[in-house]
Amino acid sequence: MAASDEASRPFAGLSDVSISDDIAVEGDISVPVGPSARRDDEFSTLDEPVRETVLRDLRAVGKKFVHVLYPKRSAALLRDWDLWGPLLLCVTLALLLQGGAADSDYQGGPQFAEVFVIVWFGSIIITLNSKLLGGTISFFQSLCVLGYCILPLTAAMAVCRIVLVAGSGPVSFAVRLAVVTASFGWSTFASTAFLADSQPANRKALVVYPVFLFYFVIGWMVLTFSPSQ
Amino acid sequence: MSVGSGNRNTNTEPWGSFDDNLVQGGGSAVIDMENMDDTSGSSFEDMGEMHQRMKEEEEVTAEAAATEDDTAEDGEFLGMKGLKGQLGRQVADEVWQAGKRQASKAFNLYANIDILRPYFDVEPVQVRSRLMESMIPVRMINFPQKIAGELYGPLMLVFTLVAILLHGMKTSDTVIREGTLMGTAIGTCFGYWLGVSSFIYFLAYLVNAQITMLQMLSLLGYGLFGHCVVLLVTYNIHFHFLFYVLWLLCGGLSTLRMVTALLSRTVGQTPRLLLCGTLSVLHMLFLLYLHFAYHKIVEGLLDSLEGPNLAPMQRVARDVPELTLNATVRGPGPLLKAI
Repeated sequence: MAASDEASRPFAGLSDVSISDDIAVEGDISVPVGPSARRDDEFSTLDEPVRETVLRDLRAVGKKFVHVLYPKRSAALLRDWDLWGPLLLCVTLALLLQGGAADSDYQGGPQFAEVFVIVWFGSIIITLNSKLLGGTISFFQSLCVLGYCILPLTAAMAVCRIVLVAGSGPVSFAVRLAVVTASFGWSTFASTAFLADSQPANRKALVVYPVFLFYFVIGWMVLTFSPSQ
Repeated sequence: MSVGSGNRNTNTEPWGSFDDNLVQGGGSAVIDMENMDDTSGSSFEDMGEMHQRMKEEEEVTAEAAATEDDTAEDGEFLGMKGLKGQLGRQVADEVWQAGKRQASKAFNLYANIDILRPYFDVEPVQVRSRLMESMIPVRMINFPQKIAGELYGPLMLVFTLVAILLHGMKTSDTVIREGTLMGTAIGTCFGYWLGVSSFIYFLAYLVNAQITMLQMLSLLGYGLFGHCVVLLVTYNIHFHFLFYVLWLLCGGLSTLRMVTALLSRTVGQTPRLLLCGTLSVLHMLFLLYLHFAYHKIVEGLLDSLEGPNLAPMQRVARDVPELTLNATVRGPGPLLKAI
C-alpha cells in the first residue's frame, strides 16, 4: 500500500504522500477536556476547606515573622510578599496604643487612625524614596518588609503596657526606654538588612535615614504612651 | 474528495486540508464554519443527524446557561458545540489583555515617579556638605550664587521637623480639638515649605529674579535645618534665654544664607528689599511660632534656676493677654522691640 512505501522512505518526498479516497480518514480529534480539568484542580484552591486556606496563609505569615526576628539575607520575605502580616501588626499596635491620652473621650479615635496613617503613609513614602534613589525592589515588596519589621516595636509596646501596669515611676521609665530602644534598633537593622541590598552601595545611608526616622517616630509613640487614669 | 469552500482553503495539498474531513467527525472541536453546509462527500443522513444533535445540545446548553446569552448565541451562530467555553475564555482573555494595556499606559503617564528621579540623584556626602553650608552665608552677591536643585535633603528635613514637632506637641500636652496631632504637624511643616516657597517664587517672578521653583524649594528646605536644630534643643531644654540666643544665631544664619542667595540673583534695590525682607520675616517668625505654640513651660525648674524677675514672663508665655499686662518684664522686652 502507499502507506508502507512511505514508511520506508522517511520524510523523503513528502509531496508524494497522498491519501487515497478509499482509505477512510476518520477519528476523534476533539480537545481532551479531561486532563486539563485535572490540571486546573491542582492549582485551584477553591474546593479546599476554609481552615486549610486560613492555616496556609497564617503559616506563611508566621514564617516571615521568624525571618524578621532572625534577619538573615534570605529572599523569602521579598519573593512571596504579602500584606497580611503588616495589617495584623498595625492593628495590634494601634489597639495597644489606644486609650492613652489625657482626654480619652475624643482622642481615642484619632489615635487609632494616627497609627494607621503613620505606618502606611510612612511606608509608602519610604518606598517611593527608595525607588527614586534607584532601588531595585518593587513597591509592594518594600511595603511588606517595612510592615513586617514593625514586629519588634509591637512586642515592645506589649511589654511596655505590662510594665505600666506595675507602675509608672522612673524605674519603669528606664525599663521601657531600654526595651523600646532595643526594639527600635532591631527594627531598623532588620529592615535595612532587606532594603539596603537593593540599593547601590554608596547610597545606603540615604535609604536608611528615612527608615530610621520612621521607626524612631513609632518607637517614640510607644515610649511616650501613658495610660489614662 | 473535492475541496470544500475554496476561498478559505489555504492548504495546497492535493488531498485536501484536515478541515474538510472533520465535518463528519462527531464531537470534534475544530469545525470550519463554511464546511457546515458542505455536503460533498457526506450523506444527507449524516448531515441531518449532526444538525439534529447540535440543535439538541444547543437547547440543553441554552437552558443550563440562561445568563450567558452571548456565548449561547455564539454557539448557535458558529455551530461550535463544546467550544463555547473556550471561545468565552479567549474573548475574556483578550478583554483582560486590552484592559491591562490601557491601565498600564494610563499609569505610566500619570503616576510616573521617574519625573522626580533626577532630583533625588545625590550622594550622602553632598547632602552632608549642603546641610553644613546652609548655615554659612556666602558674601558674594554680585554674581548669581549656585543653588543646588535637589529634593531629597529638603524632604528629609521637613520630615525631621515633623518628627521634632510631634515630640514638642506631645511633651507640651497640646490638645488638638479639630484634627489630629499628626495632621497638624504634617500640615504645618509641609504647608510652610510648599506655601512659602511658592509665595517667594511668585514674588521673585514679579520682580524678575533669576530663580526657579525647584531652587526655591531646595533653598527653603535646607533653611529648615537651622529650625530643626533649634527646636530639637529648646523643646528639651526649656530656657527662654537659650531659645532667644539660638533663634538669633541659627535662625539668623540660615536666613542670611537664603537672603544672600536671593540677593545675588535679584537686580534693583526695591526688589531686593521686598524679596529678602519677606523671606527673612517669614522664616524667623516661623521659628518663633513653632517654639511658642507647642512648648511646655516647666515652671518649677525655671523658678528655681532663673529667679523671680523672668518667671512671670515664662509662666504666661502661652497666654498672650497676660503677657501684655505684665509690667515687670525686663529681659525679653528690648529683644522684642528690636525685631
